[in-house]
Amino acid sequence: MDRYGMQNQIACIRRSLFDQGYLDEQFIQLEELQDDANPNFVQEIVTLFYTDSTRLIQNIELTLTSRPTNFSKLDDYMHQFKGSSSSIGAKKVTSECAVFRQYCAAGNAEACIRSFQHIKQEHAILRKKLEFYFQMMGQAAVAQTT
Amino acid sequence: MNVSSVKGSMSISSSTSTWKAGDTISDQFPAGLRVLVVDDDPTCLMILEKMLIACLYKVTKCNRAETALSKLRENKNGYDIVLSDVHMPDMDGFKLLEHIGLEMDLPVIMMSADDGKQVVMKGVTHGACDYLIKPVRIEALKNIWQHVVRKRKNEWKEFEQSGSVEEGDRQPKQSDDADYSSSANEGNWKGSKRRKDEEEETDERDDTSTLKKPRVVWSVELHQQFVAAVNQLGIDKAVPKKILELMNVPGLTRENVASHLQKYRLYLRRLSGVSQHQSNLSTIISAQDPTFGSLSSLSGLDLQTLAATGQLPAQSLARLQAAGLGRATAKSAIPITLVDQRNIFSFENPKLRFGEGQQQHMTNKQQVNLLHGIPTTMEPKQLVSLRHAAQSVGNMNMQVPPHGPQSSQNNPLLMQMGQQQQQQQSRGQILVDSTINHAPRLSSMGQPILSNGMATNVSSRSGIPENIRAPGYSQTPSMLNFPMNHASELPGNCFPLGSTPGVSNLTSKGAFQEDVNSEIKGSGGFMPSYDVFNDLNQHKPQSWELQNVGIAFDSSQHSNSLQGNLDLTQSALGQQGFSSGQMNGHNRSAAVASKAMFSTGDVKELRSAQNVNQHLNNLLVDNTIRVKSERVCDTSPANIFPDHFGQDDLMSALLKQQESVASSENEFDFDGYSMNNIPV
Repeated sequence: MDRYGMQNQIACIRRSLFDQGYLDEQFIQLEELQDDANPNFVQEIVTLFYTDSTRLIQNIELTLTSRPTNFSKLDDYMHQFKGSSSSIGAKKVTSECAVFRQYCAAGNAEACIRSFQHIKQEHAILRKKLEFYFQMMGQAAVAQTT
Repeated sequence: MNVSSVKGSMSISSSTSTWKAGDTISDQFPAGLRVLVVDDDPTCLMILEKMLIACLYKVTKCNRAETALSKLRENKNGYDIVLSDVHMPDMDGFKLLEHIGLEMDLPVIMMSADDGKQVVMKGVTHGACDYLIKPVRIEALKNIWQHVVRKRKNEWKEFEQSGSVEEGDRQPKQSDDADYSSSANEGNWKGSKRRKDEEEETDERDDTSTLKKPRVVWSVELHQQFVAAVNQLGIDKAVPKKILELMNVPGLTRENVASHLQKYRLYLRRLSGVSQHQSNLSTIISAQDPTFGSLSSLSGLDLQTLAATGQLPAQSLARLQAAGLGRATAKSAIPITLVDQRNIFSFENPKLRFGEGQQQHMTNKQQVNLLHGIPTTMEPKQLVSLRHAAQSVGNMNMQVPPHGPQSSQNNPLLMQMGQQQQQQQSRGQILVDSTINHAPRLSSMGQPILSNGMATNVSSRSGIPENIRAPGYSQTPSMLNFPMNHASELPGNCFPLGSTPGVSNLTSKGAFQEDVNSEIKGSGGFMPSYDVFNDLNQHKPQSWELQNVGIAFDSSQHSNSLQGNLDLTQSALGQQGFSSGQMNGHNRSAAVASKAMFSTGDVKELRSAQNVNQHLNNLLVDNTIRVKSERVCDTSPANIFPDHFGQDDLMSALLKQQESVASSENEFDFDGYSMNNIPV
């Protein structure tokens, strides 16, 4: 694929991420922070997010499966998770977190479990999409240098 | 204080030259601002760090609160501002906030993904100078330097005003930290230290009131000396005089020690879970302790706290003080509370609100002093509000005292209201305060207002200005009502609150609202000014005006609104049914208010906030008297101005003046008589 073709494709991928609601403008804030001094800033942040959130997800799962359900702990974790995901602009993930917290506040363990499944799904979907996106960007960068 | 004397003691040339150097630095300011950011979330931490670097700040990051505290302790003067997350595993963000406030007295900004009102309120009550909602945008971080400047300004002002530093034409710049530090707190005059970085201030410093004493910054070492002295004497026997002797710190006054002692006692009490706020509060109120003037770093944080809680109970006050003071809260909760409140007010206002000019800070400070003398009968909440009011009102409050307990209550409120925009928040508080005085009703009302005020801050931070404001705004009516209640307490008609009218107003907020068109502000009569503040935040100049009916319109806010206010005021006044139930009085107050408003607008030229504050203080005292006389001879409004009503009017007028003054950055050279002269 030629250079411009790749650029266009990347732009399209990026646009669709926003259009489909996977990312919000906070992601743009991250992009704006990227500069020559930190050329891979966005990717670094996303990587960091996924490393950290995986750990959080594990904790939440453990807490969800233990009985009696510790809602306040769940809320704490989810609050953290929500803060994290919102800071990278993960729109769908963040809104699912909000839903979870509502159920949690209501003490509805069943709904929490279901909601958490959604969160994990969105989390995984976004990860794939972003990985693909970064991959394309990497390829385009390589293509540019060749 | 005379600047000249200070100058004499200080090497002016050096200070000047220092200033010059500072000028260079200030040109680059806020670049290089030293920020400490604390967040347990690594993603957020990294993003914040990058953003702060992009803002050209010097960033240090920590992922644990304990680490942050130790870093701060190691390098006491190594940071200008702290950004902290609320939810952290090892220590609650608010706890950290308190520690920092007590030990280092740095401005602290809280962050959280949680935008719930309670949490934000908590931030305020604990003394945070701002609250950011995650995800944090870089735009929000670009302006955090304002809190640093504001705080320094306030500290500076306090310092200047406390009397150890001669004021007058002293230029803030000249008060080189080196000079001051040697005279007072060696090496720890944050105010002076930061001063260099401050950009303006000279204007404001001119003609600063000499009422205030220089602010003592209680560094860790100083505090340790203090604690050692106290322990040596025995906590029960520790009296300021002896402590002062034991500490043997040049430049430290008995009042400094006394206020610090109060805070410390509060702090200890808080630690041990004892709360004597109630008793303290009463004490504070009645104790027009001069130490109030020398408030420690009880800055806006306290105020915020107060504001947040609205009816801050004694305990919370103490807590606030501890938090906001950054030093041990005084034992006597009350006096300190009051003082702190004031400080809070002053500080808060600037911080909370709107990054208004430094002047506001200054005015706040002055106001704080005012609080001293204010209402002794105020309940803790009231104190809180007073503080706010005091801060915002600045001098207004002080002036009130001469009028007697009641008037003092009102006055401070009024005064506070009049003060700057910051006062808006404080105003809200004032309203709250007034309400507190009066009745439980007030408290409930006050709260909403406070939250509004607070919310305003927060919202602006988080970019949700409208949302937050709105609720607050509506609450204003309640605030208004408070004043009404307040009036009931006052003898005569001091406040429109009057007993009956006010009360009824409270209950029938709606009624007021009808009258008032806009928010209920008008209903409050005098208190409206308080509401106005809230409303102001809300951007409803109109409602604001109504509130200002009693209080000078915050001219800084909107000159237009002044006009509008007047009208509203008039109507509001009429509606409000002043306590005295005198329409005449109402009209008069409205008229007065309008005049005051106008005059405020005219007076905008006055620059030094301090002057204004001072002036206000003087004015208030004079004004109350003059207003009366003026009213009497005022032909435009109904001349049927009952004497007792005059008090209310005076208060409102004063408040207005205060407000306008405050808002207009003390440009308002308010002369008691100016009201008449205001070209309406």
